Amino acid sequence: MQNVLNIALRQFRAYFNGPVAYIVAIIMLGVVGFMFWLFFFVQGVATIHEMINWMGYVMVVAIPALTMGLIAEEKSSGTVEILLTMPVKDHEVILGKYLGALGLFLVIVLLTLVNPIAVSQFGDLDWGPVATGYLGLILEGMAMLALGLMASSWTKNQLVAFFISLFMLAIVGWLIPAAARFMATGWVANTLEVISFSHHLESMARGVIDSRDVLFFLSLTVLGLVVSFQSIESRRWG
Amino acid sequence: MSDVMIEAHGLGKKYGSFVALKNASFELRRGEILGLLGPNGAGKSTTMKILTCFIAPSNGTAKVKGCDIWDDPIGARRAIGYLPETTPLYEEMLVKEYLDWVAAMRGLRGDEAEKRILEVVEEVGLEPKIAAAISELSKGFKQRVGLAQALIHEPPILILDEPLSGLDPNQAAEIRELIKSIGKERTVILSTHNLDEVQKTCQRVLIINKGKIVADDTPEELARSTGGPRYRVRYLSDRRLESGGFRDSASTPDPRELFGQLDKVDRVRELEREDGEVLVEIASTTDEVDLRPAIFQAAVERGVVLVGLETKQQNLDQVFRNLTTGADEEKAGRGRPRRKRPVVEEEE
Repeated sequence: MQNVLNIALRQFRAYFNGPVAYIVAIIMLGVVGFMFWLFFFVQGVATIHEMINWMGYVMVVAIPALTMGLIAEEKSSGTVEILLTMPVKDHEVILGKYLGALGLFLVIVLLTLVNPIAVSQFGDLDWGPVATGYLGLILEGMAMLALGLMASSWTKNQLVAFFISLFMLAIVGWLIPAAARFMATGWVANTLEVISFSHHLESMARGVIDSRDVLFFLSLTVLGLVVSFQSIESRRWG
Repeated sequence: MSDVMIEAHGLGKKYGSFVALKNASFELRRGEILGLLGPNGAGKSTTMKILTCFIAPSNGTAKVKGCDIWDDPIGARRAIGYLPETTPLYEEMLVKEYLDWVAAMRGLRGDEAEKRILEVVEEVGLEPKIAAAISELSKGFKQRVGLAQALIHEPPILILDEPLSGLDPNQAAEIRELIKSIGKERTVILSTHNLDEVQKTCQRVLIINKGKIVADDTPEELARSTGGPRYRVRYLSDRRLESGGFRDSASTPDPRELFGQLDKVDRVRELEREDGEVLVEIASTTDEVDLRPAIFQAAVERGVVLVGLETKQQNLDQVFRNLTTGADEEKAGRGRPRRKRPVVEEEE
């Protein structure tokens, strides 16, 4: 466990030495803040619901930027060789990398709380949906981060890792939700919704915690982590 | 405790159909500095990556300080300090920050970690740069950081992949001295394709070519056993010395016939023949006898006019080229290096 923490902390700190963390934070906070206040002033509603959905869409681009370097950069610079010849197990490296990225993601997500907090100063804000919505966001982020880590473990080129994860996340996070909304009803729409990020996020943003939604995000997280582990381990046999 | 630090048995590695390493077996004792020598792609890095448990061998096994690389890779890694090729470091970190992290990863805590970092920084001469960013360091100092990283947990075994490549001669000399002093109480494996480096640093050389160990000996012994000194003889091809003076002559004796019969001569080779001169190389089987007087005498007896005679000491450079390019195969029978330590070679 100590190894996992050491790797995670190093990764977390490393983010602040490069531009990526700042760019992602600015985009997330900027877009989300803009959307939030747009709804607040134009429609006159203090709702967290739309903001949560928008954050889900923005994360499709933001998360690949956070995860692209996790392993690909270590491979291209060669530092992976020092890391993986230390007395650590491969799964500790994967977990450490993952937690490092998750840590930064949590910081950024928590920073967006300034919006609802500001609104609550003006009037009544229902904190229930805020809590469940943020839980949903964090779960979705966990799944996306694991998939991004997986893409990063497949290549030594960060840009390739970025586009692979953007491609995957865009399908599940943009394309399928749009298709499902377009068709609205029918069994195809229902099937598509099962694998749509925003569908699973939506109900939490409304204040409902459904174990199916939680399970959906958690199973994607586990899938991403297991595949990343396999991919790291496969170097030994290549 | 046993003195054997590394035992490799029939290590092999295949990447698809490419054989990177084939049946490599060797033993390494405490306090030895071993040079792994070979052309690029010969299998040096592969051997090191297997020993550090970065990759698994396709066949065979190895024990690192008693820990089997299959059963106890973590134990093996604990015993090793490893510096990969090109010294990969987290460039964005400060030297101290990086060493703190390495110490933590190596299980050192608090005061103990702090003490070890200071010791190792002093050992590798990194004091002036401890607060610097790694990305700002010269190649020589980066190499020191790499060594510090490998030494922090006081490993009994150090594995250094091309530690001197890319350094300027002054930096290389400093790092070489450093490795020598570090190697006094440790077992060191370093890989290189620089022969000079091996002769200056290592007590033992393992030459690898195309994935196979082709020689295992001390640098001196290797140089000696692949043939004693060579003599370069230059004589006139169009003039001869006969009673009364020099005469033009259409034919001179064949060099092999001239010198081939001399005692201790291994091989005679004509190198060039132009401008009325012949240049011949004579390889001797031993460096205990100086053949120059005998060569001189043989020439005089046949009336051959010698215009040059010099000794050329065999060095590791030639040995290396002989062993890794397949040149000089004609003399393979007598000239092949002796193997003091067993080199197992079984066909798969």
